[in-house]
Amino acid sequence: MKKLASLGLGLLMTASMTAAQADEVRIGMITTLSGGGSHLGVDVRDGFMLAMERSGRDDVRVLIQDDANRPDLARSLSNEFMQRDNVDILTGIIWSNLAMAVVPAAVRQGTFYISPNAGPSDLAGRMCHENYFNVAYQNDNLHGAMGAYMREQGFERPILLAPNYPAGTDALAGFKHLYEGEVVDEIYTQMGQTDYAAEIARIRASNADSLFFFLPGGMGISFMKQWENSGVDLPVFGAAFSFDETIIKAVGSAAIGAMNTSLWAYDLDNEANHAFVEAFREAYGRTPTLYAAQGYDTANLILSALEKAHPSDQDAFREALREADFDTVRGKFRFGPNHHPIQDIYVREVVEGDDGQPTNRLIGIAVEDIQDIYHEQCQM
Amino acid sequence: MTLFIEQLINGLQLGTMLFLMASGLTLVFGVMGLINLAHGSFYMVGAYATALVTAATGSFFVGLVAGIAVAAAVGALVELIVIRRLYHRPHLDQVLATFALILIFSEGTRWVFGSSPLWLNPPAMLSGSVTLPGGLRYPIYRLVIIAVGVAVAVGMYFLITRTRLGMRIRAGESDREMIGALGVNIARLYTLVFAMGAALAGLAGAMVGALQSVQVGMGEPVLILAFVVIVIGGIGSIKGALYGAILVGVVDTLGRVFLPAFFRQFMSPSEAAGVGSAIAAMLIYIMMAAILAFKPKGLFAANE
Amino acid sequence: MNKSNTSTLAPQPGLPTPAASWYDRKGLVQIGLLAFLLLVPLALYFLGHIYYVNLASRITLIAMAAVGLNLAIGYGGMISFGHAAYFGLGGYVAGISAYHAFDFTPVIGWPVAIPGSDSMLVIWLAAILLCGLLALAIGAISLRTTGVYFIMITLAFAQMMYYFANSWPTYGGEDGLPIFLRNGLPWVDTNDALTFFLICFGGLVLSLALTSRIMKSRFGAALTMARLNDTRLATAGVSPYPIRLVAFVISAMITGLAGALYADLNGFVSPTMLSWHMSGELMVIVILGGVGRLYGPLAGALLFVMMETLLGGMTEYWQLFLGLVLLFVVLFAKHGVMGWLAGRERHE
Repeated sequence: MKKLASLGLGLLMTASMTAAQADEVRIGMITTLSGGGSHLGVDVRDGFMLAMERSGRDDVRVLIQDDANRPDLARSLSNEFMQRDNVDILTGIIWSNLAMAVVPAAVRQGTFYISPNAGPSDLAGRMCHENYFNVAYQNDNLHGAMGAYMREQGFERPILLAPNYPAGTDALAGFKHLYEGEVVDEIYTQMGQTDYAAEIARIRASNADSLFFFLPGGMGISFMKQWENSGVDLPVFGAAFSFDETIIKAVGSAAIGAMNTSLWAYDLDNEANHAFVEAFREAYGRTPTLYAAQGYDTANLILSALEKAHPSDQDAFREALREADFDTVRGKFRFGPNHHPIQDIYVREVVEGDDGQPTNRLIGIAVEDIQDIYHEQCQM
Repeated sequence: MTLFIEQLINGLQLGTMLFLMASGLTLVFGVMGLINLAHGSFYMVGAYATALVTAATGSFFVGLVAGIAVAAAVGALVELIVIRRLYHRPHLDQVLATFALILIFSEGTRWVFGSSPLWLNPPAMLSGSVTLPGGLRYPIYRLVIIAVGVAVAVGMYFLITRTRLGMRIRAGESDREMIGALGVNIARLYTLVFAMGAALAGLAGAMVGALQSVQVGMGEPVLILAFVVIVIGGIGSIKGALYGAILVGVVDTLGRVFLPAFFRQFMSPSEAAGVGSAIAAMLIYIMMAAILAFKPKGLFAANE
Repeated sequence: MNKSNTSTLAPQPGLPTPAASWYDRKGLVQIGLLAFLLLVPLALYFLGHIYYVNLASRITLIAMAAVGLNLAIGYGGMISFGHAAYFGLGGYVAGISAYHAFDFTPVIGWPVAIPGSDSMLVIWLAAILLCGLLALAIGAISLRTTGVYFIMITLAFAQMMYYFANSWPTYGGEDGLPIFLRNGLPWVDTNDALTFFLICFGGLVLSLALTSRIMKSRFGAALTMARLNDTRLATAGVSPYPIRLVAFVISAMITGLAGALYADLNGFVSPTMLSWHMSGELMVIVILGGVGRLYGPLAGALLFVMMETLLGGMTEYWQLFLGLVLLFVVLFAKHGVMGWLAGRERHE
């Protein structure tokens, strides 16, 4: 009983410690730091915190929690942040399904949510909200841009491969929307599948002239390695999610030659980007991925708006966010009417770097000023 | 037709890998009566050790030997510290203690090596593909995996039927008290069997790690499949593990390929993919439930 | 406290108890646990800390799901490694019903149109019935097996549900299904955190009372006998199979109802609720609290969620420490929290 009483006392004490320092801005970051795909969350966090450190502001407090890639946990963490820690802004979620669990309820309760990664179609369209901003992309952007690029390059019989879950079917739908032609076949795999022998055999048996795939995280690594040894010789295309610097290092030589679309590249030539890549390498000893760049841009967007207004003045702060008046590492950036970016999507090729390890090289622009198709459904 | 044969070989390859996992699990259950959820952790340990040593020495084969050795050593250590306290406990305690071991291994590995997957590729001499009779091109490495699996199966057969250790294992399976009375050092036998199972899991992890990706949690999906295998085959039976593994490997692979194609005949492609892969994903569990409904102790029930 | 004395006099769970009184050590601990769970959130609510009220609801519902599982594992000796199937099915009943009520579309259009509903009463009834039916089917097959086979076949059925929910796109598949507006009850505002907590607390108390009532009945005595010595039960002319099956179904119904409420608490349901990790966690809670102890699941859930919250706030590797604690409990503290707080109850 003594034990229980002291536990209860502890709970009461932590509860009464909140609600201090009214001026301080509190940002709650819910991101994936453990379990599958955690390198994405680690990179978003590191990029975000790098921008915070470089700003030198000491009146912004960032609280970080790990959602372990579990929607139910993310939901309860968001409640914890809003109800216990009284955060002004939430950010950090990597996965679309977690975003759908957290964002609609959070923005309705008057908290700002600034997305550094996930951009599900519902949040860009019928469920858009004035307190929701996406700094990364609408999920379709990169896939659609690759569709447009492959059409332009004259591929006529692509075969498509994605996991059988909403982001997978959306990815292929996004691709087909801008590819605007017939595809040979669409193959859906299981989520989290690790062996692709069966799918590769089907691709071999088809008469496709190119392969487009969307397999985020570890799935992409397994697939590319098995692809290399299969003897099937088709050009490979994908979105940056399967070709970030961490993944292609794990894939090794099998990744070389693959083309991928990204909203950013570390060799993109602009001043903000040079400063970012250099500072990131110095701070963490590795080359940043696009997730790190997105985290960095997200923090800088928030900081730029904080220069103009405190989040407690909701209308002024929201207006400041809309202006997107910050030095983006992407070259240029603006928001569409649904608070999703209108931006250029680049094409990168995986090449062998100076150290013999594969790395991405910028090739050019796939689509300029791409905008998602869902903004028409958004009534704000 | 070539497609069908290729998929059949793919199923066989998955089956041989599952056999490496399942044979260790079923041995440990057969001899010590222990249900070990942490078997997938040895698979992960083997893959990590292989990746690290391969990176350090530049040789996959040195890495592979190191991977097996480390998995066996970790297995022996875990047996000495934790597992031997569980032999006389009810299954419930065994499930929970080994569930706890999964958490400890997964999070510990992530703590030490980080969340990023490690790099591990098949050696250059085993990469690429060959043309099989009938004009089918097939990756060499997958053929090697099948060969290793078959070699292990044959080796196990000789070990169990022809050696002193095998005799003790068989004795342990049929009568646990008796073997102690024969003057065999049971504690040492148990540690040995457990380490052997861990080494086989480590071998599987290292071989598959080169094909897929080496990362935290890689053992869990395989573990569940391996359990399905030994339950179908009859827990404790090596023969059952072999047949179960090949059955599960082939049914799973063929189901994944041909069910969506089957539904496509009367549905739109994306609907067919959805329904087809939903049923394909459930297929081996349906098979397991069906088999247990008729044979509650699996196909080749060992004496229990 | 004289330990040996309590343990020798302590009754088998389920066998008629010699007047268990509220004022002995066990009774005090049980009342203390319930009072703690009820009073702390009440106090915090009036201090304005909504978060802790929701945390208490979470503890309550996980405890309730574990009470269901405890009936199977602790009293029935049926080690189900697949209770996530019922927890998740309950959750999906709430989610799917609310989804259709929100869109004004029928759940099933044929042969008779069944509309969605956002009334908790309807959802609870549907969740209990459907979970009961599912458990009847799964139990009927699984209970033909014993030992490790039973553990594995219940796991296999839960995995089947998990993969089905994962790959079936209509209700979100892997992404899960958000419940945008919490389902309602007549006359009360379920969106109020305290009201919702009290509903959950009521559910927990009812399921505890039901379990206690069952175990004091003749049926409970038969179930205990089936666990301890089913040959003896059979020679007494009672077949153990239907007894176990009925207990299994009731156990699933309790867990399913907890799942329906859990979905409403989170405003969200996803295949995670059906995963084998969920089954494992529920088992962990039953063990932590003490197997076959009426209030064990409550003590286990309190400890588990607090550990998750406190350790999760300190280190991102909290599951490592959870694993260590769990291992320690299994190896050295066989009787769980309740064994430690209220003394031993069972002969080992």
